[in-house]
Amino acid sequence: MKKNITYILIFFLSFFIIFILYKSLNKENVYIPEKVLNEKISNFSSKDLFTENIINSEDFILKNKYSLINIWASWCLPCRAEHEILMEISKDDSIFLIGINYKERSVNAKSFLHKVGDPFDIIFTDKDGTLSINLGAFGVPETYIVNSDQEIIKRYIGTLSKKQFQEIKKIINK
Amino acid sequence: MKIIKFLLIVVFFSITLQNYLFGKENKLTVEKISKNLRCLICQGQSVYDSQSDFANSVKIIIKKKIEQGKSENEIYEFFTNKYGEWIVYDPKLNIQTVILWIFPLILFIFGGLLIIRKVFIN
Repeated sequence: MKKNITYILIFFLSFFIIFILYKSLNKENVYIPEKVLNEKISNFSSKDLFTENIINSEDFILKNKYSLINIWASWCLPCRAEHEILMEISKDDSIFLIGINYKERSVNAKSFLHKVGDPFDIIFTDKDGTLSINLGAFGVPETYIVNSDQEIIKRYIGTLSKKQFQEIKKIINK
Repeated sequence: MKIIKFLLIVVFFSITLQNYLFGKENKLTVEKISKNLRCLICQGQSVYDSQSDFANSVKIIIKKKIEQGKSENEIYEFFTNKYGEWIVYDPKLNIQTVILWIFPLILFIFGGLLIIRKVFIN
């Protein structure tokens, strides 16, 4: 009897461990705080990459039905990979593209955009990375879709995929 | 003339000393807070330990917040609002974290009972 209980216990314990491991394997590795979605994005201001004037995010987000905020840098390879997708999105006039240039010298950022094309309508500079942290970002690349009420509708951490591109298109063409 | 020179030297040294002490105190607080925050893009490192872009920017924000006169708790609250409870090493006890707090206790009691049983049987 005692032996049977031990076997049953071992079986359940092994089942429990395997179940947890299996669940964890299928789990998305990137941690995204759920509370960020549908929350209002905090207003941010910094220098414009080209004019060097101080610009305010509210001035652009409130005026457009949808805005896409993309944190990028030319030194970041995943950002280069998603550049083509951003160029595609920029063809759609119903979304306003806001770039946040992360920890980079302006000269390098400008030269990169000159070579491969500039998908952004406006670019904020984030020299020390604090602007991105204030947004709750993890690093580069990171993308937010925000509506005119400044609510975060979608958030993508990492390179934008073609599937996500289709998702964004669906949102803006609703 | 000598008095003016002397006064200038005194003023200079007192300002330097004040800045040094204030800076040291701030540095210690930045270190303390950054040790209690998790680097979210690293593997098992605190913000203090990490030299990643994320951790370095967090350290700059902590420093700025201290200079603005924010308290330690206000700074932790700022980061938990942005990144959730996961960023702090000492998560609050609530429905989502209850297992985290109670599970070790259950294991401890269970282990203790097993040991006691073993000892008494033997």
